[in-house]
Amino acid sequence: MSTRVTTRERLGAALWRRPWLRGALILSPPLMWFLVVYLASLVALLVTAFFSVNSLTGNVVYQWTWSNFSQIFTQSVYETIILRTVIMAVLVTITDALIALPFAFFIAKIASRRSRQAFLALVFLPLWASYLARVYAWINILSNHGVLPSLESHLGLPVTNVAYTNVAMWIVFSYLWLPFMIVPIYGAFERVPDSFLEASADLGAGAWFTFRQILMPMILPGIVAGSIFTFSLTLGDFITPLLIGGSSSNFIGNAIYDSAINGGDLPFAAALAFVSIAIMALYLLLARLAGAFEAI
Amino acid sequence: MATPSTRTRFVDATSGRVVSETRASELDVITSGQGILLRGITKRFGSQEAVSDVDLEVYRGEFFTMLGPSGSGKTTLLRLIAGFEVPDKGTISLRGVDVTGLPPYQRGVNTVFQDYALFPHFDVARNVAYGLRVRHVKRAEIDERVQAALEMVQMTEFAARRPAQLSGGQRQRVALARAIINEPQVLLLDEPLGALDLKLRQEMQVELKRIQRQIGITFIYVTHDQEEALTMSDRLAVFRSGRIEQIGPPTEVYERPATEFVASFVGTSNVIEAPYGRAVLRPEKIEITNGPLAEGRDGATGQVIDVAYLGMVTRYRVRLDNGNTMTAARQNSSGGSQLALTPESRVTLSWDLNDAFPLMSHSDAETQLGEPAKGAI
Repeated sequence: MSTRVTTRERLGAALWRRPWLRGALILSPPLMWFLVVYLASLVALLVTAFFSVNSLTGNVVYQWTWSNFSQIFTQSVYETIILRTVIMAVLVTITDALIALPFAFFIAKIASRRSRQAFLALVFLPLWASYLARVYAWINILSNHGVLPSLESHLGLPVTNVAYTNVAMWIVFSYLWLPFMIVPIYGAFERVPDSFLEASADLGAGAWFTFRQILMPMILPGIVAGSIFTFSLTLGDFITPLLIGGSSSNFIGNAIYDSAINGGDLPFAAALAFVSIAIMALYLLLARLAGAFEAI
Repeated sequence: MATPSTRTRFVDATSGRVVSETRASELDVITSGQGILLRGITKRFGSQEAVSDVDLEVYRGEFFTMLGPSGSGKTTLLRLIAGFEVPDKGTISLRGVDVTGLPPYQRGVNTVFQDYALFPHFDVARNVAYGLRVRHVKRAEIDERVQAALEMVQMTEFAARRPAQLSGGQRQRVALARAIINEPQVLLLDEPLGALDLKLRQEMQVELKRIQRQIGITFIYVTHDQEEALTMSDRLAVFRSGRIEQIGPPTEVYERPATEFVASFVGTSNVIEAPYGRAVLRPEKIEITNGPLAEGRDGATGQVIDVAYLGMVTRYRVRLDNGNTMTAARQNSSGGSQLALTPESRVTLSWDLNDAFPLMSHSDAETQLGEPAKGAI
C-alpha cells in the first residue's frame, strides 16, 4: 500500500467516520424532491382552499375566507356526494377484504410453491392493463346488451340490470382494487409460521378458533395496509363514477373536476380536496387507534 | 431389534383385514396395547420415500429418542404420530386404539415444536392456557392449572411476559408447559433443544428428564445429537434413510452397534476384521503407544495424522501401514504420563478383541451398506 493518501481516500475516511453525513448525502436528493414538488404543492393546494374567486372576472381573490368550507357543509348536494363517496369506499374495502382473506390464505398456506407464483402473477395481471381498458371491459359486461345480461337470458335466468347504477360502481371498484388488498394480506399470512397453525390444531383448536385467536391478530396489519389502498383509491376516484355510475353517482373527485375544470373555481376545488384528505387522515387515525400498526 | 426374527402377517382385529406384516418377536407386545404401536408405516413426499415400512413400539412412560441425521425420516415419523401428516401405508395405534385417521387433538398427544411456536400476541399465561380455553374449561380451573404448569417448568414469575421478552430457554419451558397442560398420554418433542447453546442445552436435558419422571408420561424425542440421545433416553432408535437401523437402550446401541452406520453415527468407532467377521471397536478401547506391540495383543502400527485435544481426552487419527485410518482416544491424566505425539509420529495401536463387538450381518439389520468400511484393517 502506498503511503500517499489521495483526496478520494481522505474523503472516504471522513465519510466513514460520520455516518450521519452519509445518511444525509443519500437522503438529500429524494428529500429535496419530496419537499419541493410534493409537500410544497400540497401546501399550495391547502392554502388555495382559503381563497375565493371573483364571480365577475373569474380571478382568484387572495383573501383569507371560510366561504368554500361553509358552502360545502351547508349545501346538501355536497353532503350527499361526500357520504356517497365514503360509503362506497367502506363497502369496497369490506368486499375486497372478504374476498382477499380466503384467497390470500390459499396462496400463502395451501398452494404449492410453484402454483403460488402462478396465482400471484394472476393477481397482478390486471394491473398491467390500462385502467380505462378494464373499466370499459366492465361496461361491456354489465351494460343492457352486455355479456352478463345476454348470458342470463340465454340460461333463462332473471336478467340483472345494474349498468350505470351504484351497484355497478361497487362491483367495478371492488374488482379494480382487489390486488391491492390481496398482496398485503398474502404477505401477512406468509409471515405466520406453519408451526403456529399446527400448534393451534395440536392444542385442539378448530379452524374458526385458530382464525380468530391466532391468525386474525397477526394479519390485522396486513388487512389495514390493504384497506388503506382500497379506501383511498376509491375515495379519490372520479373516472369510474363518470363511466360506470349513473346520473346521480358523483364522487368528491367529480365535484373537484367540475369546479376546477368546468367551473374554473380552483379555491373551491382545493377545499373539496381538503375534505378528501381530512377523511383519509381520520381513517388512518382510526386504524391507529384500533392498534393496527402495533408491531407484533 | 437385535434378535433375528421372521416376519408375520398382522391382521386387524376388528376388520379382519391384513393391515401389515410385523415381526414375530414384537407380536407379544402388540397385544398389550399399552404404548404407541406403529405398523408398516410408509410416507412418501412426491417420489421421495421419507419413511419406509417402519415398525416400532414405544412403551408407556418411557423416554424414547429417535436419532438420526437430517433427512433420515425421524421428524416425519414424529409428525405422523402427532397427526400433522397422514401415512401412505400402515397404522398408528395409541394404547390399543387405532388413531391413524384421527386429527392431532383426538389422539391424546401433544407436540413441542422446534421453533416453540409460541403465539407472539399472547403473554405466557395465555399461551399456556390455550389448550384449556379451546376446550372451554372453567376460568378458575384454567388459572389453577396454568399456575401448576408454570410451577412445573419454573416460569411462574414470567406469566405476564410476551414470548418476545423471553430467552430461548424460557421459551422452551413455556412451550413445554403449554403442551403438558392438556395432560397428553404422549408428549412429542421435535429437536426442542436445537436452538439453545451447549450449557443451556445440558441444563434443559436434566430439566426434561425431571419433568418426564414427575408427570410419568411417554416422551418421544427427536434429535440428531447422539450425545443427547445417549444421556436422556430409556431407549433409542437410530434412523437412516427412512428406516430404523437399531432400537435399544443407550448402552446397547453404543456398546453393541448393530450396523456400521450405527457404529459411526453413535460415537466414533473403528471397524476391524476379527476372526469371526467384522467388528466394531470404540476409540477409547484402543491403546496408543510409541513402543512395540505387546505380546498376546492384537494391533497394528501406523503414523499419526491428526491430534485433537478435547479436554478430558485426546483423540488421535492414525493412518495404518496398510492405508486404512483408525481413531484412538486417550484419557488426559493430570500426571506426567502425557505422550508427546505429534502428526508424523510412529505409533502402535493395540486392543483386546474382547472389547470389540461383532456387526450384525446385513440381512439381520435389514439394510444395505453401500459405503466401504472406514477403519477396516
